Amino acid sequence: MIRYAMVIDTKLCIGCGDCVVACKTENKVPAGLNRDWVVEATTGTYPNLKTEFRSERCNHCAKPTCLYACPTAATYRWEDTNIVLVDPNKCTGCGACIAACPYDARLIMNEGYVSKCTFCHHRVEKGLDPACVSSCPTGCMYFGVLDDPNSTVSKLLASRDHKSLLDETGNEPQVYFLT
Amino acid sequence: MKRRQFLQLSATLSAGAMAPIALTGCADRPLPGTGEVVRTPTVCNVCFWRCAGTVSTENGQPWKIEGNPDDLHSSGRFCTRGDGGLGMYTDPDRLKQPMIRVTENGQQRFRPATWDEAFDYIAAKMNRIKEEHGEDRLCLFSHGPGGSYFRRMLTAFGSRGYTQPSFAQCRGPRDVGFALTFGEGVGSPDRTDMEHSRCIVLIGSHLGENLHNSQVQTWISALRKGATLITVDPRFSVAAGKSKHWLPIKPGTDMALLLAWMHVLINEGLYDADYIDQYVTGLDKLTAHVQQFTPEWAFMQTGIRPEVIRETAREMAKAAPATVVHPGRHVTWYGDDTQRSRAIAILTALLGAWGRQGGYLAMEGVDLPRYPLPDPPAPKSNWMEAVQSEYPLAPAGIAQKVIDGSIGEDAFFKGWFIYGTNLGYTIPGVTEKLAQAAQSLDLFVVVDTMPYAITGFADVILPECTYLERLDPIRNSPEREPSLAVNFPAFEPKFDSKPGWWIAKQIAERLDLGDWFPWDDYGEELDWQLRQVGSSLEEMRRIGVKKFPRTTPKYFAPGENRRFNTGSGKVELYSDLLADYGHDPLPVYTPPPTRPDEKHLHLNYGRAPAHTFGRTINNPTLFELMPENTAWVHPVVAGDFDVKNGEYVRLKNQDGVESLPVRIRVTQRIRPDSVYIVHGFGHKESQLGLANGRGADDQGLITRILVDPIMGGTGMRGNFVTLIPEEASA
Repeated sequence: MIRYAMVIDTKLCIGCGDCVVACKTENKVPAGLNRDWVVEATTGTYPNLKTEFRSERCNHCAKPTCLYACPTAATYRWEDTNIVLVDPNKCTGCGACIAACPYDARLIMNEGYVSKCTFCHHRVEKGLDPACVSSCPTGCMYFGVLDDPNSTVSKLLASRDHKSLLDETGNEPQVYFLT
Repeated sequence: MKRRQFLQLSATLSAGAMAPIALTGCADRPLPGTGEVVRTPTVCNVCFWRCAGTVSTENGQPWKIEGNPDDLHSSGRFCTRGDGGLGMYTDPDRLKQPMIRVTENGQQRFRPATWDEAFDYIAAKMNRIKEEHGEDRLCLFSHGPGGSYFRRMLTAFGSRGYTQPSFAQCRGPRDVGFALTFGEGVGSPDRTDMEHSRCIVLIGSHLGENLHNSQVQTWISALRKGATLITVDPRFSVAAGKSKHWLPIKPGTDMALLLAWMHVLINEGLYDADYIDQYVTGLDKLTAHVQQFTPEWAFMQTGIRPEVIRETAREMAKAAPATVVHPGRHVTWYGDDTQRSRAIAILTALLGAWGRQGGYLAMEGVDLPRYPLPDPPAPKSNWMEAVQSEYPLAPAGIAQKVIDGSIGEDAFFKGWFIYGTNLGYTIPGVTEKLAQAAQSLDLFVVVDTMPYAITGFADVILPECTYLERLDPIRNSPEREPSLAVNFPAFEPKFDSKPGWWIAKQIAERLDLGDWFPWDDYGEELDWQLRQVGSSLEEMRRIGVKKFPRTTPKYFAPGENRRFNTGSGKVELYSDLLADYGHDPLPVYTPPPTRPDEKHLHLNYGRAPAHTFGRTINNPTLFELMPENTAWVHPVVAGDFDVKNGEYVRLKNQDGVESLPVRIRVTQRIRPDSVYIVHGFGHKESQLGLANGRGADDQGLITRILVDPIMGGTGMRGNFVTLIPEEASA
């Protein structure tokens, strides 16, 4: 399996929400719904503070509990990768995947089927970065293949402190945050 | 009866906006970009930075906007607002047709009009003003590139009156402060060379939340390379969170810190002696002046510990000349703003950073000829002398003086054109004066895309189409490398809106001034200009951005002799010009207004990356990202007022003005003596379907205006507010 990962440098992220808008327009996500979002986490007390901004989305887990939970096989892996997609024609909107996702990354479209971040596989197919990554004004987001030790994402994870969210679930999430 | 009652455009105007919801089912949903995609070069106009990019439509439907990689303003990456620009086009609440104020049965209202009716009305009023008062009595308030056509039309008519609120309500003090010191201003985009800086100092400037694209990009690139960031802000801003040193200064005391930094640089011999020796005058006077401003003295004013002041000054000197003490953008705070900008300029000079890599560079534009036009008529009068003579050092129109000069029988100005400026939400405490001016003026024209509050005063409302539906003037902003960019229409104008150039041309033709717009389509003018520099409109339609080689150096050459555009020809630490006009020749410290009592907090305001002033709140995409502002308070304050995170309060200033309800945000990220809100919210116009009634408006709460005696700027940080929990407020 080819493992795609997103690496986001929280030291450089300004929490501007451009990733949210770029995703919405690229993927024509309807009003009121979002496939990605920005979390601001402030710790400490005035004046000794730390703020971390995280652009969050589906983690395209190597062990995706949503995929295991789907009773109709509407949730599937794109080709031989970790990119998790939903086939609207097979989705019944039962919500099992939503319950199974530790990240609350899935949403129900107005038509009743479940949708989510696709890592913009339609762009990846053409050799482009996901819309959020390519539009980020600070350039703090990176996308690539972790199987290649010379990829930017591999090098960043090799050289920088980082974390991923809810590692303890065993899902092996593939969105990493440099800290 | 009032000559002009304030009218709200009827909400029924937007009734046509309700579209049936299409139920398409789950059948084939093609992946984005698999249909017929058409791309059109654009120059973003959601803010004034004007990044160049590409609008894509798919199967004739608006799809997305992306940056043009050849564009240095964006480097191919648009910001939040630029990416959300399609919402400016799709907003169902846009102005849809010309409107004229009429009085029927004693009631004033707006009636829809044809363009011809609107133009005839305007031309007749302008000719009457010319007959009764003179052709020099009209003024243009402007923000945005399209203002240039109306300025051209009014100049041809004989009226030179012109003002941009971006001067006296925003950047004016720094333009004047830097010009007094270096003989030239900071410009736009700002000439900070942050991509090469090793130390960046932000004085209340909240880069990142203030999302001027290339400025944020160059700032972040410096941080990526390990530059030291020093942020002075009463709030733990996004920038503060990325800083090595956050100095949570007592609001309004920045000048004390700047003077103490000078004290340390001079007394510890940390300034650039060679640079001073070659280019600068006035060090001896400055040295004597700053002896009193010790870090210990500054600690008492600012709350910043003396050792922190010393350490940060040394950090600046260590990285110099690759140190930017950032000039900020909106700097009309306390009325001593030109002097504070002077202090920043003086620090820059001490660090030897003006004209040096990593400090301030020289930006360069393209030498683009202007389209040949008739000679303008000689001005009949000096309008600046007429309305703002007490500010001889102000190089530009002071909006609130122009407003003052439009009130009463004897007022100088008799007619206004307002292009893209919603004055009541731009200039604090001015709504009553706008109402007075509306009673005095013989003509009041508003040109805009949206039915903002200012339209309520108009005689005639002219609906301009958005930047996505029109040609705009060629973007030729000075940058690190010169380039031109052209904005092409991606869509036909919606409703009965029209491009600004067409509107101005039609008015000019009715005034027999058609020679000033001697073409059928504005593209002919742009094509002529582009051909003078070896390009064409056709080429620009293909590439969007054209780069040109630099012809001048970015930085001073080592040891180069230079003459600066100041009285002495040197960089002036001590300003004889200021002394001659009765101002302090060296910056001095004036304590800020003090809190009336423990229950009143400093009112601070700023910007958010999702919005440009109040102009984008109703943009459906950006509204969704940030539908209202919040009032930031420290947990101690929340406890004092017994309010919880997310609860609504009203802010009430010391003069009794109350805001609309605004949610409390309880956060450690602010001093316990301050409230912070994002500017641009609190609209009270029912015709703005999304923005109406959302959040608090800072401008209404600012009643204690601190006027800058040098350039007439509107200092906006003199107010304090208390919290009125919503159930307790009237």
